[in-house]
Amino acid sequence: MSIVVDAVSKRFGDFVALDDVSLNVRDGSLTALLGPSGSGKSTLLRVIAGLEAPDSGRVLIAGEDATAKPPQRRNVGFVFQHYAAFKHMTVAKNVAFGLTIRKRPKDEIDERVDELLKLVHLDGFAHRYPSQLSGGQRQRMALARALAVQPRVLLLDEPFGALDATVRKELRAWLRRLHDEVHVTTVFVTHDQEEAMEVAEQIVVLNDGGIEQVGSPRDLYEKPANEFVMRFVGPVSELSGQWMRPHDVEILVEPSGGAAEAQIDRIVHLGFEVRVELSLGDGESTWVQTTRGRVEELELAEGQIVWLRPEAAPVSV
Amino acid sequence: MKSKYALRFVALGYLALLLGIPVGMVFINAFQDGFAAAWDSVTTPEAQHAFYLTFVMVAVAVPLNTIFGVLCALAVVRQRFRGRALLNALVDLPFAVSPVVVGLALLLVYGRRDGWIGPWLADHGVRVIFSTPGMILATMFVSLPFVVREVIPVLREIGTEQEQAAATLGANGFQTFFRITLPAIRWGVAYGVVLTTARALGEFGAVSVVSGKLSGQTETATLFVEGQYQRFNQTGAYAASVVLALLALVTLLAMNVIKPKESRG
Repeated sequence: MSIVVDAVSKRFGDFVALDDVSLNVRDGSLTALLGPSGSGKSTLLRVIAGLEAPDSGRVLIAGEDATAKPPQRRNVGFVFQHYAAFKHMTVAKNVAFGLTIRKRPKDEIDERVDELLKLVHLDGFAHRYPSQLSGGQRQRMALARALAVQPRVLLLDEPFGALDATVRKELRAWLRRLHDEVHVTTVFVTHDQEEAMEVAEQIVVLNDGGIEQVGSPRDLYEKPANEFVMRFVGPVSELSGQWMRPHDVEILVEPSGGAAEAQIDRIVHLGFEVRVELSLGDGESTWVQTTRGRVEELELAEGQIVWLRPEAAPVSV
Repeated sequence: MKSKYALRFVALGYLALLLGIPVGMVFINAFQDGFAAAWDSVTTPEAQHAFYLTFVMVAVAVPLNTIFGVLCALAVVRQRFRGRALLNALVDLPFAVSPVVVGLALLLVYGRRDGWIGPWLADHGVRVIFSTPGMILATMFVSLPFVVREVIPVLREIGTEQEQAAATLGANGFQTFFRITLPAIRWGVAYGVVLTTARALGEFGAVSVVSGKLSGQTETATLFVEGQYQRFNQTGAYAASVVLALLALVTLLAMNVIKPKESRG
């Protein structure tokens, strides 16, 4: 179901968490709310869920005004960063919670719980307690619990934030596949641009309680609306007063019209990728992302004088 | 290594001197004329009535203070309102005020001749002072803080995320409380109940002021102990003390028997 956020503002005391934010989330899409901490991304998600009441503005879910509805009547699935597992219940009871509350027949509940535990690869864990699961397993249980009630929208607040790097990567790919299977409108909050790029179809970049840009991962990377978005969604280097992607800077070993002279301070080999750190004539420093092959071809060495220029049609602001 | 033993010696020695030896002496004295004598002295009609009255105190004060304690803890932790800090501080009042003062305060309110609402109640046939209702009030007053104090830190620790998760899954306030919050705080509540029970069993000062100490009528177990002692029936006093101590011990043990399951949940 679609979500419409219409001119929503929310303050906590003097702190403005959301300032006149409007957003459309298409039915069936997978959207990331991306921003630094304090940007208002979690507050926006909680306003959609009904866990926070906006000071002004409206929230429409499936075209219907949900602003005045309490969370229990919005039929949204919500997944918390720290899982919010019901510690005194088994995995099966956790997943069944929403259905038990709805007083569904026991056979139906059992069947649905089995099905969901298979979906999140937790079959065989039904009778364990959350304390006997790993972080990744707990989060998958929380997801199954949220999906059990067939929510109109699925909202995830930094769902992988408390997990270690390997598990986080696994779960990202898994969430993506899950969305392809279940097709529920999904919005997740993250501060990790790589996570947003990898998982989402649409990314909403937030900063200081406002939306900076909405677009596909590619749009944001290639056509950032402003310096904030450019810097937030990928690495940047400065050359001749312009910001650009470090892989859009070309290194020349001969002077050329318009190219800036620079001295190589350091060459860092990161496997296939090589990071070349340089000092420009005016005392500024910058860096260029290139490949091992290119460094060998140009026979670059630390201390060498080179010339830098933007590659044809770089992304810049 | 030595300091390790020194620490244990100090801790155990302190407990032995203050608790172990005196309580042990009570047991020894209770049975110095044999088990039969002790048994007879705690099964007289007066003794039985005293224990029955103590049971009534516990049966009324503990459930009421448990319900109030949980509600009060919820208000203090989960809500923001003016006077919240005052409420939080007031709950501790029974810890700070001497039970004797509590008893006298109850006299001021419910006293039959010159109490605040006592005369009006007396006109309507309700007798509070020198009667069971006053003794129950006194017991409730002194045992009020325990559940609140045990539940508040547990509520703070569990946070609100589980409750919010339950709300997004469709649970209303009552369902969230009974299915999520209460199970999460159950050991805090249980420990509060144990302490409240122990306190209600042992209350002496406040009840003593409002009871009138009529043997077989308004005498609780603790007052019975005092009465027997003053009438030079040492065996009776000590034997009743042993029964009280055993009741408290059973309460504490009951809690420890049911508790271990928690760590696995």
